[in-house]
Amino acid sequence: MDKVKVVVGLGSCGIAAGAGKVYQRLLEINEAEGGLFELGKTSCIGMCYKEPLVEVTDGTGTYLYGEINDKRAEEIIEKHVKNNQVVTELVEYSDKIGGKEQDFVDNQVKIVLRNCGKMDPESIDEYEKRDGYKSIKKILENNISEDDVIKTVLDSGIRGRGGGGFPTGMKWKFARGYKSDEKYVICNADEGDPGAFMDRSVLEGDPHSVIEGMIIAAYAINATGGVIYCRAEYPLAVKRLNLALEQARKRNYLGKNILGKEGFNFDLYVKEGAGAFVCGEETALIASVEGKRGMPNKRPPFPAEAGLWGKPTNINNVETYANIAWIILHGAADYAKYGTEKSKGTKVFALAGKIRNSGLVEVPMGITINDIIFKLGGGIKEGKKFKAVQMGGPSGGCIPAELGDTIVDYDSVNATGAIMGSGGMVVMDETTCMVDVARFFLNFTQKESCGKCTFCRIGTKRMLEILERITEGKGEEGDIEKLQELAAQIKDSSLCGLGQTAPNPVLTTIKYFRHEYEAHIKDRKCPAKSCKQLITYMINEKCIGCTVCARVCPTKAISGERKQPHLIDQDRCIKCGACYDACKFSSIDKL
Amino acid sequence: MSCREKQQQIKETVSKICAEFNNDPNELIAILHKTQGHYGFLPKEVQIAVAESVGVPASKVFGIVTFYSYFTMEPKGKHPVSICMGTACYVQGAEKVLREFESRLEVKNGQTTDDGKFSINTLRCIGACGLAPVVMIGDKVYGNVKPEEVNNIINEYS
Ligand SMILES: Cc1cc2nc3c(=O)[nH]c(=O)nc-3n(C[C@H](O)[C@H](O)[C@H](O)COP(=O)(O)O)c2cc1C
Ligand code: FES
Repeated sequence: MDKVKVVVGLGSCGIAAGAGKVYQRLLEINEAEGGLFELGKTSCIGMCYKEPLVEVTDGTGTYLYGEINDKRAEEIIEKHVKNNQVVTELVEYSDKIGGKEQDFVDNQVKIVLRNCGKMDPESIDEYEKRDGYKSIKKILENNISEDDVIKTVLDSGIRGRGGGGFPTGMKWKFARGYKSDEKYVICNADEGDPGAFMDRSVLEGDPHSVIEGMIIAAYAINATGGVIYCRAEYPLAVKRLNLALEQARKRNYLGKNILGKEGFNFDLYVKEGAGAFVCGEETALIASVEGKRGMPNKRPPFPAEAGLWGKPTNINNVETYANIAWIILHGAADYAKYGTEKSKGTKVFALAGKIRNSGLVEVPMGITINDIIFKLGGGIKEGKKFKAVQMGGPSGGCIPAELGDTIVDYDSVNATGAIMGSGGMVVMDETTCMVDVARFFLNFTQKESCGKCTFCRIGTKRMLEILERITEGKGEEGDIEKLQELAAQIKDSSLCGLGQTAPNPVLTTIKYFRHEYEAHIKDRKCPAKSCKQLITYMINEKCIGCTVCARVCPTKAISGERKQPHLIDQDRCIKCGACYDACKFSSIDKL
Repeated sequence: MSCREKQQQIKETVSKICAEFNNDPNELIAILHKTQGHYGFLPKEVQIAVAESVGVPASKVFGIVTFYSYFTMEPKGKHPVSICMGTACYVQGAEKVLREFESRLEVKNGQTTDDGKFSINTLRCIGACGLAPVVMIGDKVYGNVKPEEVNNIINEYS
């Protein structure tokens, strides 16, 4: 019988949750037991909420164990590996016995994430075993022409996953159309949306699939060189990419006369960003690759005509490239089976915020927001009420719970005023203040504006000031209209997508949560009880005088005798909420 | 060491780094990453040395250093505390965690403690949003951080 396989999820999330220590412990056990099992590594499995994760594969099936610590790791080895007793209560998912998280797994369709969490991302052999590099071989061995490759991509209906949703095949066709002795392909791995981690997971979990997608693009447009522009905040992704590139070069997937194809020369390197959101915008990204300040440029000319070093350039997102090899291997029709009329295939979403199952999911386009949040996401944490979901990050907007039946495809999401974006979904509950969320995003875009366009630079600042005033309880009659007016002007007079979309978080929250703005301005109240300056803490009659609140108060604003009801001095109270959190008898009200 | 000797030393170190990138001005961002990795920050003298090595005006180097938030002209603490202020972390209460670090370390966001041990800054998402709120100290990532735990985390480094 084969040895039992024990695999630890070592993506960034897993490592942060302590998977490195678990791996170390398993290594020790295995040494002590003389190599009882085969110990392996993989990357993000998607269940960030159950990290650290360990998967055991024995003769009967696979068993994914969650929330593993040293003790549980020992238990699993002792019971499952040694004595064939599955530790049922710790199984999150198993292809044999289901498990607690069966819904999370069964409702997904994995194309982009086909290898994530299923193989060692640092091994090219494992990638090849899972159909890796078969697509580029298929193209070269069967002499499939550049135009036919582009036609397959066009027919699949795939649209850019970086946010804009431009048809990928069309983009390739344009880039192919411009003649030049030098051409480039670029992978946008800047993942700017704060709260999204799809691209990171793909780069850490399956770097070769992105590289293969880029090689196919290079073949189709006759590119001579390529760059992966990765944010510096993702050191593990950069490391694994560089390793994968080295392996791919050794096997001649990159380099000169690739796989024996005369004249097909192409190589790639990784360029790290340096922390500027605007560098996700394609023209700014190109400026940054050239070693300059990342300022956007006017389009046209589009990169397809004059991009990197002024040469024709094709630029796509990580997830877009990660789809390509699958499409070439399985055919356009298989891909187009999934999705809606105008949005084909699957989409990866990063679920975060007040959702129970935060993690990574891949679903067919056309599924509803409610299905994602409740069927896959397990609903809202702590039994609270679902209020809104933020999609598209700083360029997107908040979709309210009432529109939970909206299906996810480019057009339906756009119709709400939000955008599909790159796939970040930050879920909010009744305790999240929507005015504060709008302020949060404006603060972000205002800081990240490169400063080139006056309206984007100064207009966002004025909007931010108004929003700050409102959340501090100093809002004025007419502020909402002022915000709307400024928003329209900024959208109209900004050069790049940053300014053109920066007002979206404000506009969507005004559209769906106008009453919250009005409550702040007119009644000086924050309905979500989140804006500090607008809440009052009061002690009610349930107080038994335990003195805990008086002890935790940093400003000594609470007084009272032991066993007597206490009192908060409102002038001294700084509204830090320490008493509220500390009270065990619900005797402090937040009003 | 005299001021001139120090300058000379900076020049030598920086020119070695720049040479690894063929003194190519197009590689300025990568050069500055490596230089900051060496010094911990990019003071004026270092920027001037980089400019001289690659043969561009110092203003160009300064322009890049100030444009990208990863580059800093201020020295960081021995244990730089980075608090994620991305959307996911924000809605999960990252601001409270930041305030707690500020009050425990008695410095504000962007500052370094007097003994040079800790500095605080904020980040926009490190991609571990599933574990929000997230704090990094040096290279170590802490997930699901609660304000009550901040003191214990700091003590690990004291
Ligand atoms: C302000 C701004 C930020 C952007 N950030 C990103 C990003 O982080 N990642 C990304 O793939 N695309 C980003 N884009 C979109 C890119 O400009 C470009 O459309 C995309 O990389 C094209 O790839 P796709 O066709 O595969 O989507 C951003 C656009 C704007 C205006
Ligand atoms: S928002 Fe904090 S890690 Fe992503």
